[in-house]
Formats: sequence, C-alpha cells, structure tokens
Amino acid sequence: MTDLQSLEERIRAAAAARRPLRIRGGGSKDFYGGPLEGELLEIGGLAGITLCEPTELVVSARAGTPLQELERVLAGHGQMLGFEPPGFDGCATLGGAVASGLSGPRRPYCGAVRDFVLGVEMIDGRGERLRFGGKVIKNVAGFDLSRMMAGSLGTLGVLTEVTLKTVPRPSVECTVRFEMDQAQALDSMRLWATRPLPLSATEWEDGALHVRMSGAEAAVRAARRELGGEIADGVHDRWDSVREQQLPFFTAARELWRVSLPVDSPPLPVPGPTLIEWGGSLRWLSGPQDGDALRALAGRLGGHATLYRAPSKPPSGPFQPLSAAMLSLHKRLKTVFDPHGIFNRGRLYPEF
Amino acid sequence: MHHPIIERLRRALPAGAVLSSSEDLKPYECDALTLYRQTPLAVALPADEAQVVAVLRLCNEAQVPVVARGAGTGLSGGATPRADAVLLSLARLNRIVGIDALARTARVQPGVRNLAISEAAAPHGLYYAPDPSSQIACTIGGNVAENSGGVHCLKYGLTVHNLLALRVVTLEGEVLQIGSAAPDSPGYDLLALLTGSEGLLGVVTEVTVRLIPKPQCARVVLAVFDDMTKAGRAVADVIAAGIIPAGLEMMDRAAIAAVEPFVRAGYPLDAEAILLCESDGAPAEVEEEILRMEAVLRGAGARECRVSRDEAERLRFWAGRKAAFPAMGALSPDYYCMDGSIPRRRLAAVLLAIRDMEGRYGLRCANVFHAGDGNLHPLILFDSNIADEVARAEAFGAEILELCVREGGSITGEHGVGMEKIAQMCVQFGSAELATFHAVKRAFDERGLLNPGKAVPTLHRCAELGRLHVRGGQLPHPELPRF
Repeated sequence: MTDLQSLEERIRAAAAARRPLRIRGGGSKDFYGGPLEGELLEIGGLAGITLCEPTELVVSARAGTPLQELERVLAGHGQMLGFEPPGFDGCATLGGAVASGLSGPRRPYCGAVRDFVLGVEMIDGRGERLRFGGKVIKNVAGFDLSRMMAGSLGTLGVLTEVTLKTVPRPSVECTVRFEMDQAQALDSMRLWATRPLPLSATEWEDGALHVRMSGAEAAVRAARRELGGEIADGVHDRWDSVREQQLPFFTAARELWRVSLPVDSPPLPVPGPTLIEWGGSLRWLSGPQDGDALRALAGRLGGHATLYRAPSKPPSGPFQPLSAAMLSLHKRLKTVFDPHGIFNRGRLYPEF
Repeated sequence: MHHPIIERLRRALPAGAVLSSSEDLKPYECDALTLYRQTPLAVALPADEAQVVAVLRLCNEAQVPVVARGAGTGLSGGATPRADAVLLSLARLNRIVGIDALARTARVQPGVRNLAISEAAAPHGLYYAPDPSSQIACTIGGNVAENSGGVHCLKYGLTVHNLLALRVVTLEGEVLQIGSAAPDSPGYDLLALLTGSEGLLGVVTEVTVRLIPKPQCARVVLAVFDDMTKAGRAVADVIAAGIIPAGLEMMDRAAIAAVEPFVRAGYPLDAEAILLCESDGAPAEVEEEILRMEAVLRGAGARECRVSRDEAERLRFWAGRKAAFPAMGALSPDYYCMDGSIPRRRLAAVLLAIRDMEGRYGLRCANVFHAGDGNLHPLILFDSNIADEVARAEAFGAEILELCVREGGSITGEHGVGMEKIAQMCVQFGSAELATFHAVKRAFDERGLLNPGKAVPTLHRCAELGRLHVRGGQLPHPELPRF
C-alpha cells in the first residue's frame, strides 16, 4: 500500500534534485504518448473505493484502483462509467484512465472522461497535496482544474483520488448491422444523430456499420423500427473488442493512427484500412501514414491526428503540435503545477 | 476629470461605443446582484472581435482593469463594475454566425441570448440544452463565464458539457482558439478551464455549442408531500432507481404559498413540499418512465401524484416553478437568492437546518430549487429599509453556504462566486488550492487586470476573514467591509 506521505516525500526529494519521475498506475498505457522518462513512481498500490453512494450517482476511488474493480462495484449498483474507458486486459487504473483522457464507444452519445470528472485529489510538483472540484454534481467554485487533469498525461501532478459522476446502466441494449460503404455510413450516422434516437455507439469497418442503441425498452424498440438493419449476433463481444481495441483491425496494425474530426468530415483519402467510430468523428487508420501530410489534412478539416501506437516513439511527439501561443500557455500552466518539470517529461509534448 | 483611457478607447472604437457620462454609466452600475453597486470608469461597447482586441490592448498598456459583462443577469456580482475599471460589454457581439444542422453545432457571438440559439436551431429539430431560468435575457458569453446550469442539466449537463470551442482574447490581445468541433482537442483541456472562469482569464468572442435533437414529448409528475424528510428521500430514491429525470425540482411550503395565489398552478397550499419530476423522450419511453417515477414517488411517501395530461397542463405545473422569483418579489420588498449544492441524500437535513436558521435570524426563507442535482436556491426574504436586515440576510446566506460545505457540497452550484461568495471560498478551499488558482490566473493575466477582486480571494483576505469566521451563526462584525 502506497501511502500519501511517502509519495509526497519522494516527490519533494525529486523536485529538490530536479530528478524526473515517471508516474505509473497499471502500466497499461506505456505505449501511449511521448517517451517514458525518469524514475518510476508507482501508484498502483494507492487503491480502493472511498465513496460509492448509489443515490448520488457519484463514486470516489484512489487513483490506483483497477478500472475493472470499479466497474464491477458500479455494476452491482446498476451503474457504470458513461465514457466506457478501455480497461486493457484489466490492467488499467482509474488514475491512468483520467490522465490519458481516453474514452470508449459511448463517448459521442454520453460524454468524454472529462465530462464525468467531478473532483480530484492530487500532489503537485512541489509535493503539495491539492484538492479541486468536489463530490457533488454541481460545483462552480474556483477554476475547474479537476476536469483539466483529464488528458494531461500526468504532466501536471500525481492524481491520488478521483471522483466521477456515474450513469445508470441502460435496461436494454440492441445492436443492428448494415452493409454500407464508408460514405453511406458517414451520412447515415450523421443523419441519425440529428434525430432523438437512443444511440450509444457506432462503428464502421470494411463495408459493415454497427449501431448500438441503449435505454428504456420502449425507446430502443421504437428506434429499432425507425433504423431498420439486421440484428447483429455476438455483439456484446464486438463492442468490448472495439472498446479494448482488440478487433483484428487493431491487433494487426503495427502503426495505429487516431484522427479526430468534426462529425461532418468526408472519408479521408489515405492509404490502408480505416475503422470509424463516434458517429464519424473518430477515424482509426491502420498502417504507416505520412504523418505531416495527415496532420495537415486533419488540421484543414478542423481536427487533429495522433500517432496512437507505433513500434517506436517519434521525436516530434505523437500529438498534433500546438500553435505558438497555445504552446507558451501550456508551458506556463505546466510551471504552475510542476515548476521543476519533474513529472512525465515529454509525455504530452517534447517541449515540456 | 476624464481618465486618459477614455480618449484612447474613443479613438480606437466607432462613435457611440464608449460611454463615460454619469447618466450613460448608470444602467451598468450593477448586475442582477443589486446589493453591490458601483459606477464604472467607462463602458466600452465593441461590435466585433477586432474591437475587443483593441480595448484589451489599450487597457493592458495603460494598466487599467477590465470587467467583462454580458446581459448583466448574473446573480453573484461577477459583472459588478469597479471605479477604476473599464466595463467591457459584449452586448453588441450578438450575431449567430452559423447553424450547422448536420454537424449539430451553432457558432455564435458571446452577446447572443441563450434562448435565441434554441430558437434559431428549432427549424432543424435541434436545441441548445442548458436553460438557466434567465434564458430569455442571459447571453451565451455569460453562460460560459459562469458555467451556467438550469432545470434540465441533470439529464443534459451544464454549459461545460455542451460547448465545443471558444475563441478567447487574452489581455495582451492575442486570440486563442480553444477546443474544436472535433472531439478531445490535443493538449490541456483549456475549454474546461475557461468555462466558469468568471472573466478572470480572457474574453470570449465566439462560442461553438453542441445542439441536440429536441425530444418528441415531455410529461411531468407533480408529487405532493406532507413531510420534508419524505420529499428529500423521494429525490434520492428516484436517482437510486436508475431514473434520470429531465428535470427534478422541489418547492417548499413557503414557496408554494408565494406562487399559488399568483399563478394558480393548482399546487396544494397545505403541502410541506412538492416535487416536479419530468420525463422526456419518445412517447412510449415517456409513458414507461412516468409510471416508474410515480411508483418510486408514491413508495417514498407522496400523498398524491398528478401526471400532466397534455402540454397545457404540463406548462401550468411548471408555471408556478418558473414564476417563483417574481412571486417572491410580490411577497417581500427584497430577497436574496442563494446557490449552494449538497449531496442529494442530505437535502431534507439541510432544509430543516435552514428552517431553524429562519428563527435565529428572524427572516423568512423560501426554497425553490434543482433537487435532482442537489442544488439549493434558498430565497431569503428581507427589507432593505429596515436597519439591519441586509446584514442579517447576508449572514443567514453565509451560514447556509458554510453548511453546504460541511455537508460535502459547494458554495455555488451554478451562479458563480463573483463578489458575493468570495469570503466563503476561504471555507471551501485551503491556501494551497487558492495559491494554485492565483498562479493559474497569472499564467493568463500576469498583472491581474481581468475582473480583479472576483471569484478567488487573496490569501490575505482569507486570513483576515479567518479571524472573523462565522461562529454559531453570528458574524461578529457585520459592519466591517467584507471584500
């Protein structure tokens, strides 16, 4: 069991010596982001649910709590994490899920990691314990620094406890399948999203579009009539495989790009297979790409491209570069939390 | 005696865009928290982003503070002017830049009214979900600054959940593009940081919001309770049953008594509390959900449940809730609207504690609020013509907020800290957190010229207030300046 005090002491010592630290929960996302630099700071031992109150739709847990355990306990109360984070073979922790900001298939219909963060407890780069946000649904006191931790990849501090909003599990889920080419699938997903339908996931690959609906039985039944398509078999496993990036599309890829686009963007003229999620706004590309060209294309369309997984980490970093003004603001914010630059150096951007 | 900034602003902006005569400044001396009034140094009314940039550059050069203002409907004094500051009104940036029905987005300037977005999106079957009760008048820029909520945010989220992108001008006059229509922008989530930052970090010049499909129908259950504890439990039971109502509002006896003669919504005058529990969606889904809601509410001890039979009746049930604030105006010369949030399971206990405070402060308090998200709005009734009633009302309010913090909640659920709750920030946050807030502020605005004195108290102020800390409901020196 890692205790907060020894964590604080290690951070203070590292800060005094300007020694970089590499924060690690379950280690399931070592592949993600920039290079891994510094002495390992394990927080996996900092585990356990500290508040789970079904009447509040709120759960608090220490950052090293395995996602799997958290989801199991929530399921027992008929609840779940609305952003469906990948669990990576049971290794992923709550802290890592928040720090990486990675959401799953339900994201466009229910919300991203950051939408569910209500509060965090953390230790900054001075070894100071901080608490932002809270444990209630509505709270606008002070700057919203807890949501800003989502996706910050540990560059601002060590998360020690996180409070999330949860959602009730839908009573019914149903997936239908359509044979469609990419352009048709994009048009259909966009059109359906403008109607009040209980959509909860969409995924297109190789001529087949899968659409999941979740909610009250009556709503799902009505939506199913409206959409048509054929009921897909074995879909439960399929959505898990999409969420966990375990479909052959993902596992076969040596290099995997993740392109985020406005929902009305056209099919991308790129080599290699594409898998589409999130109503058209997430495009996975398997195989090597001309990174600069892809980023320029994504930028022109109003989006961005991430080299999600690759055999080696590129020196320019996996994320779409920031504008000069934004980079300088990022550096100033980094300095607020981590003045000596000890946490996860270069994991988000090579510059800090 | 004109400050030199006035002349510089006049040269940079079109004719009529800078106000400085005392009669022109009068309408800007307060926002909806009218307890605080101050004439600003001048009012600047830019009409586009380039003019906003010009105002900020000039103020930065001259080191003159800037207070941004939307429609002035804020309830926490976030837009209260300062004598040494230019009031920057965004009211003339009121254009809907574009509605994209297929992408389900609206790009609007900050001075566009909240409701105007939904009106413009209506032909496409879409709307903008957050609906603060001032939505006829309040602007989207103000909503972003305060992270506003509303009746429907339990199901549809707060402002922060419904934004996609912002254009923000920094004090130096640099334009930042924050967020985008593509999900999960790279880098830190500055969209979350900017939302609710109360005009302390930058000035928003364009907002891209998410639109959602309009539900096909809605119905509401009016549940009547003889006992506040049962009503509070009913709220928690609805949520625990896995139901997320489109709205779940509570009114207590005092609130019912105030609105019923005014609106004739059909609320029972002998009830201790009523709940309005709404379901929206496809007709069959609503039918099914209303039945489940009714069962839970009755199970929790509702003596009566009335389900709206048609749209007219639904609107009548809501009319009382919506008229609560004007009705209070008829009941009392002044009222003070508080805004604390607590865990739902503590609703009844906190409402009973407030009732106890009424006796101690000698003031009445009515409660009309977003029960579903544990967001209280106690309305403290007072008369500012009676010598110490203002001070008593403020002390009463402060005690309620501090109780909210002790119960694990927050001093503000949706109205913001502004001027009003700056002292209670010292109760909710420790000095390390406050120091971090100040450092974040400096990362955007090194010299502290954007909306100074709001939202985040100085540590010095907290130390002072620490010695004045409210004990046993009595503020020892109510005559001392609080900010």
